[in-house]
Amino acid sequence: MTPDDLFAAHGDLLDESRLDEWIDLFTDDCLYLVIPRENVERGLPLAAIRCESRGYLKDRVVAVRETSMYAPRSQRHVIGASRKQPDGAMTASYAVFQTLTDEPTTVFSTGRYVARIIEGRFAELRCIYDSTLVDNSIVQPL
Amino acid sequence: MRHWPDEGVSRIPYWVYTDPDVFQLEQERIFRGPSWSYVALSCEIPEAGDFIRTSVGETPVVVVRDKGGSIRVLVNRCAHRGAQFCREPHGNTTTFECPYHQWSYALDGRLLGVPFKKGLDGQGGMPADFENADHGLETLQVTMRNGVVFASLSDDVEPFEDYLGDTMAEYFDRVFDGRELHVLGYLRQRLPCNWKLMFENIKDPYHATLLHVFLVTFGLFRADQPSATRMDKTGRHSVLVSSRGAQTDSSITRSLRSYREGFELQDPNLLTPVREFPGAPTVVMQTLWPNLIVQQQSNTLAMRQMVPRGPAAHDLHWTFFGYADDTEEMTAIRLRQANLMGPAGFVSIDDGEIMRLSQDGVAADVNRSGVAEMGGRDTDDQDHMVTEAAIRAFYAHYREVMGL
Repeated sequence: MTPDDLFAAHGDLLDESRLDEWIDLFTDDCLYLVIPRENVERGLPLAAIRCESRGYLKDRVVAVRETSMYAPRSQRHVIGASRKQPDGAMTASYAVFQTLTDEPTTVFSTGRYVARIIEGRFAELRCIYDSTLVDNSIVQPL
Repeated sequence: MRHWPDEGVSRIPYWVYTDPDVFQLEQERIFRGPSWSYVALSCEIPEAGDFIRTSVGETPVVVVRDKGGSIRVLVNRCAHRGAQFCREPHGNTTTFECPYHQWSYALDGRLLGVPFKKGLDGQGGMPADFENADHGLETLQVTMRNGVVFASLSDDVEPFEDYLGDTMAEYFDRVFDGRELHVLGYLRQRLPCNWKLMFENIKDPYHATLLHVFLVTFGLFRADQPSATRMDKTGRHSVLVSSRGAQTDSSITRSLRSYREGFELQDPNLLTPVREFPGAPTVVMQTLWPNLIVQQQSNTLAMRQMVPRGPAAHDLHWTFFGYADDTEEMTAIRLRQANLMGPAGFVSIDDGEIMRLSQDGVAADVNRSGVAEMGGRDTDDQDHMVTEAAIRAFYAHYREVMGL
């Protein structure tokens, strides 16, 4: 899988709510962060979602599915072409649109992925979102 | 103005969440009135000239450390024509200058300079009796307790110790014990509901034992655990206190509809709390009138600051913190447990979503009222969590302040 294929699979599996398959895009000891750009720029470590292994990813997927209460919604990822940075990281811009029942589609999040990819899987995926101010809640991974 | 239901505070009329006139009166009597609003942690602005932007109610303010090391809180509004002079969310500066006509101010709000004050080539200029001293920035009263900064737009506000009261001070000082604080990061969310629904949510432990399946399943907050609801003497502040139990398959937990049997974490590191505070409680959620929730759930600590955005929305600003002397391992634990909280939190997702449903529900018929009779109709402290007493106490104080 090329980096672009991997990013595309990430977006498709999330948009289709195939979260058990989405987990398989990550290595066992992966790091997945959803973190506001504000914290990254200020050198602050706190993330909205922090998964420090594939076990954590499973826990988030199952916990949200089994224990969280939220209104039905769908997501649509649009992910730009990836680029390799001098330090080896793969980066890509993204936009995520959200559709709540009985509501028009809105731009939910824009930002940038910064990934380390090993053998076609994410060893690290940082989703750095632009506006710290989130429209209510981040229910699904971005 | 509106008429409160005759039953008193065991009823909450829905117009308190929707009426624009009520909202304006809240700004005047509560947020610009004699109250202490949380504005910052002292450790966010350690050096002279460090500043952050924030809000007291709807009033934009700048919190800045002056040259002498004192913290000043200035209304972010130029004394000339009202422009917000500070646009950076945080930074360091020696003076503030309004970009519009370059009026400049000292860090304590004094007006330092006005371009063309004496005119240009004998033309224009300010009148001869214009005194800089009469045109400084509006400043707020400021107080600090163990690294936490509060401000007031009213000169009539009581001393902070009296405002907090002995009972609340005891819980406040449990987390803010004088150790230096250390910010771990910020999360912010816009919630599509009135600001009071957020306060009600935290003052209502009973919902947490039913709505928050995650907490119940993992024994972090459950109706059968030792707990208490305490208020200050006015009812405006409160704490919910609870002690963590094991994730046990007892007959009690199995009878809870919110308990998910057999759900185990793949990576138990997420929920491995370390005991760090004295006494039995593992959860203390404190609400301080009019804009702050202090969160201590296991080892995740956060200030949740509410900024009203009209009757039907508010922003919730989360400042997660630890202590300057935390070990690396402790910091890692706090960062992991933050998964419970914030806009993507296993627990908080439920709250953001339910409050949207509340606002949508109440807005449809504002002449109706909610019922708050769990645990009785009074406003006294209770030694359990099956109660809405803290909500009733909050509205008793609210009615007094608002004259409703």
